[in-house]
Amino acid sequence: MMPTDINDVEYFHKVVDCQYACPAHTPVPHYIRLIAAGKYTEAYMVNWESNVFPGVLGRTCDRPCEPACRRGRVEEEPVAICRLKRVAADNKSDITHLLPTIPTVKNGKKIALIGAGPASLTVARDLAPLGYELHIFDDQTKGGGMMRSQIPSFRLPAEVLDQEVNFVLNMDVVQHFNHYVKSMKEMLETGYDAIFVGTGAPSGKDLPDLPGRWDIKENIHIGIQWLASVAFEHTHSIGKRVIVLGGGNTAMDCCRTSRRLGGEDVKVIVRSPFKEMKASPWEIEDAMHEDIPILDNHVPKSFVAENGKLKGMMFERVKAEYDASGKRKLVPTGEPDIFVEADDVIIAIGQENKFQWIEKDLGIEFDKWEMPVINSNNFSSTKAGVFFGGDAALGPKNVITAVAQGHQAAISIDLYCSGKDLNERPAPHTNLVSSKMGIHEWSYDNYVANDNRYIVPQADKKETLINRKKEVELGFSLGTAFKEAERCLNCDVQTVFTDSKCIECDACMDICPTSCITFTTNEENEDDLRNKLIVPALNKSQDIMVYQHGMK
Amino acid sequence: MSYIKPKFQHPRLPKNPLGYTRRDYEGSLSTLCAGCGHDSISAAIVDACFELNIQPHKVAKLSGIGCSSKTPAYFLSNSHGFNSVHGRMPSVATGANLANRDLLYLGVSGDGDSASIGFGQFAHVIRRNLNMTYIVMNNGCYGLTKGQDSATADNGSISKSGNANTFEGIDLCALAIELGATYVAQSFSGDKTQLIPLIKAALSHNGFSLINVISPCVTFNNNAGSTKSYDYVREHNEALNRIDFVPIKSEITTEYNHDIVKYVEMHDGSMIKLNKISPEWNPENKLSIITALQKAKQNHEILTGLLYLDNNSVELNDLINATNRPLNTLTEKELCPGETALQNINASLR
Repeated sequence: MMPTDINDVEYFHKVVDCQYACPAHTPVPHYIRLIAAGKYTEAYMVNWESNVFPGVLGRTCDRPCEPACRRGRVEEEPVAICRLKRVAADNKSDITHLLPTIPTVKNGKKIALIGAGPASLTVARDLAPLGYELHIFDDQTKGGGMMRSQIPSFRLPAEVLDQEVNFVLNMDVVQHFNHYVKSMKEMLETGYDAIFVGTGAPSGKDLPDLPGRWDIKENIHIGIQWLASVAFEHTHSIGKRVIVLGGGNTAMDCCRTSRRLGGEDVKVIVRSPFKEMKASPWEIEDAMHEDIPILDNHVPKSFVAENGKLKGMMFERVKAEYDASGKRKLVPTGEPDIFVEADDVIIAIGQENKFQWIEKDLGIEFDKWEMPVINSNNFSSTKAGVFFGGDAALGPKNVITAVAQGHQAAISIDLYCSGKDLNERPAPHTNLVSSKMGIHEWSYDNYVANDNRYIVPQADKKETLINRKKEVELGFSLGTAFKEAERCLNCDVQTVFTDSKCIECDACMDICPTSCITFTTNEENEDDLRNKLIVPALNKSQDIMVYQHGMK
Repeated sequence: MSYIKPKFQHPRLPKNPLGYTRRDYEGSLSTLCAGCGHDSISAAIVDACFELNIQPHKVAKLSGIGCSSKTPAYFLSNSHGFNSVHGRMPSVATGANLANRDLLYLGVSGDGDSASIGFGQFAHVIRRNLNMTYIVMNNGCYGLTKGQDSATADNGSISKSGNANTFEGIDLCALAIELGATYVAQSFSGDKTQLIPLIKAALSHNGFSLINVISPCVTFNNNAGSTKSYDYVREHNEALNRIDFVPIKSEITTEYNHDIVKYVEMHDGSMIKLNKISPEWNPENKLSIITALQKAKQNHEILTGLLYLDNNSVELNDLINATNRPLNTLTEKELCPGETALQNINASLR
C-alpha cells in the first residue's frame, strides 16, 4: 500500500474519534487528561471554548462522542466523557478572570439575536469579544431557551444554567427579555447590520385528528409547552394517572416530571417497538428506574371522555414489519384494542418550528415544509444579513448541535460584516502539538486503566420524587472521576516516525496499550496488510496508517 | 527504576495454544535509551517465546552486568530470573542447569560481560556444551560507562570521541566455533525477521547455542567510522542464509531445491528450514564456516544468519551422566542409597 499522506492535518483530526464526532469538536482527550491531573478549571475552559455550556452539556448532552469512543471498540462501554465534563464544571474555581475581555469601545456593528437559546448565546459569546454590539431578544424572563424551558431541574439545576448563560450575557450583551419579536420586517427596519434567528422549534406537535381530541377541554397537554409551564412555575400538579405519548427525550422528561408533580401511575405509551425509541438509552433507564412502565407497539386510537372529562385513551396493538429496504410498517396484531385510564395525557410526539412572525415577502425563502432555506455550511438565509442557527435552522436536534451551528453562524456574521466572502472560512482549528516525548513521559501521562465504566451515583428516589428541583444524578466523586479518566486511551497522542531516526527498536509498539503499531513488510493488497497486523484491522471503515520505512 | 506497564490490552490480541498473548511474555517498561538495539532484541525474545508456545515458568533468564544484562527486566516477567555478578552468568547458569535440567536456560550478556571480565567463563561454558541459549547484545563499547572501546570493537573502528581502536577485536562467533559450540548464529538488532527464527531454533537446540547480535549503541557508538553503527551494519550485513523455524509435528509438503534449501531436524522434533543464500558455505561443516568468517573479515563484511550447527550435540548433563531429575525432587532414598550400595561401589573400585 502507498504510504499515508500525513501532510493533511485532517488525518490526525479524524483519528481522534470522540473529538471528530462532537459537532463542536471539543478536544476530549485533552480535557480528560486535565481532569486526571486535577486541573478542573483548565479542563472547564477547554470545554467552554468549544461548547460554551460545559455544565449544561455535562448533564444533558446527547453525547455523540461516546458511541465514537475507541474504548468502546476494545470493551463494552466507552469512557463516560459526558459525566467527566460535569466533573470539570462542578469542581472549577472562579473563571471570570479567564474569560475574554470585552472591548468597551465597540466596532460599530449592531447585531440582533432573536431567541436566547444555546445557538444565539453561542453567537453572542463568539462575537462579543470582537466588539460587536449585541441585542438579544426572548419572550421569556431569562436566557437559556429550551435549556431552561424543556430540561427539567432534576436533570439540570437552574444555578448551573444561570451561571453559564450569565457568562455570556455579562459580555455587554443588551438584553431584551419578556420581548416577543412579532415581526421580522420591523427588525429589518430597525437597522441591524445582521440578524441571527435562533428561535428553536417552539411548537409541540398535537394529535388534532385523533377522535375525541376536541371533546376534551382540559387535561390534555403538549409536552414541551407543559414542561415550560412547569419550569416557569405556572403548573404545579398533575393527576394521579398520566399517559405520556411519545418515545423521545421530551417524553422521558414529561413522565419523570409527572412523577414529581403527583403522578402515581405514569405510563409512557409509544407506537414503535421499545428498541426503536428515539430517547437516549440512559434517559429511558432513568425513567424506568422511577417506576414508569413503557408500553411499546401501542398506536393511539382515540381519546375517551365522559361528560367532557377525560377518562382515558384507546390504543391499537401493532407489530413492526420491515420491507426489503428496511422501511418499517406498523401492522395491527388483531388483538382487541386496549383502554388505558388516565387523568391527564401529555402529548410528546415531536416539535416543530414556528415562523409566522417572519413575513413572506422579505426575501427570506421557505421550503415546502415551511422551513427557511438555509446554507448548511454558513447558515445564511436567502436574504443577505439574515442568519439562522440551532433548531430554527435545520430542524430540532440537540444543544451541542445548536452550539456548533452558532459558531458557524458567528463566523458568517463576522465575515458578512467585514464585507468578506462567506465561503472563505477559516480552517477548522486543530491544534497539533509536536512533542518529542520520552517513552516514560508517555507512559506516565497515558496510563490506561483496565477498569469497566463507572456508574454515576444517583440521589435516593424517595427524595428526588418529592422535589422536582432535586438533581437526580450526583456526579462522579473526584476519586471516581480520576479512575474513569484513566480509562481514556488518549487517541490524540499519535506517533510520527522520522525516517532517518527510526531503528525499529519497538519501544512505541511496546508501550501502545492497544497494540496499534506493527512493524512488518508492506503488501500490495490492503486486506493482506490489514490481516498481518498484530491485531488484524478488520474494521474497514477505519483507515490504517501506512508508514514506509527506508530501512533494509 | 522500572515502570510497570498497564495491564490493559486489546481483546483481539492473538493467543498461542497455551492461551497466552504476547503481552504475557513482556516485562516492565524498558529504561534503555530511545533507539537502543537491545530493546529490539528483547522484543524478538518475546515474539520467539510467544510463538514457541513456551510456558513462562519453564524458563530461567540469567544475566551479568551491563546495559544488555538489564534487559531481562524487560521481557518474560513471569519467568525465573537471576542477575548475577559481572561476567559470572555462565557459572550460575551451569549450576542451575545441573540442578534442574527441565528448565529452558536463556542467558543474556554483552560484549563487556562476555569478552572482557567474563571471558574465561564464556570459554568454559562453551566447551562444556551447557544446554542453554546465550545471547550476546554486542555493541562494541561499554555503554553503561559512557562508551569506551570494548574487546569486541574492531581494529580501526572510530569511537564517538574520534579515536581509532588500535587493538584486535574478539570475534565471538569464530571463537565459539573453535571452542566447540554446537549452535552459533550471528544477527543484527535491526533485522528482527532474521533474529526471531534464530532465537527459536537456539531455544530448541540441545546444547550450547550462541547468538551474537550486533546491537548498536545509539548513544555512544552510532557515529560515522564506527563499525558497529546502524548505518555500517546495514551496509556491510551479508546474510549467509535465512532460516525458518518449523514447529514440531509439521509436515513438509512443498517441493524445494535441495541445493539451496535444507531441512534440519532438531533434538525436540522441530525443524529448521535453512535457505542458503550463499550455497558454497555449509553451516554444518566447521571448516567451511571458519573459512567463510575469515573471508568476510577480509572483505569487511558482517556475516549473519545460522553460522554453525552440530545436530549431534550431546549436552553437559548427558556428557557427565548426571541425573535426569531436578535435584530438589531427589529424596533421601536416592541420595543416601544405604550401606549395601556403598559396599557395591567400593567393591567395584577394588
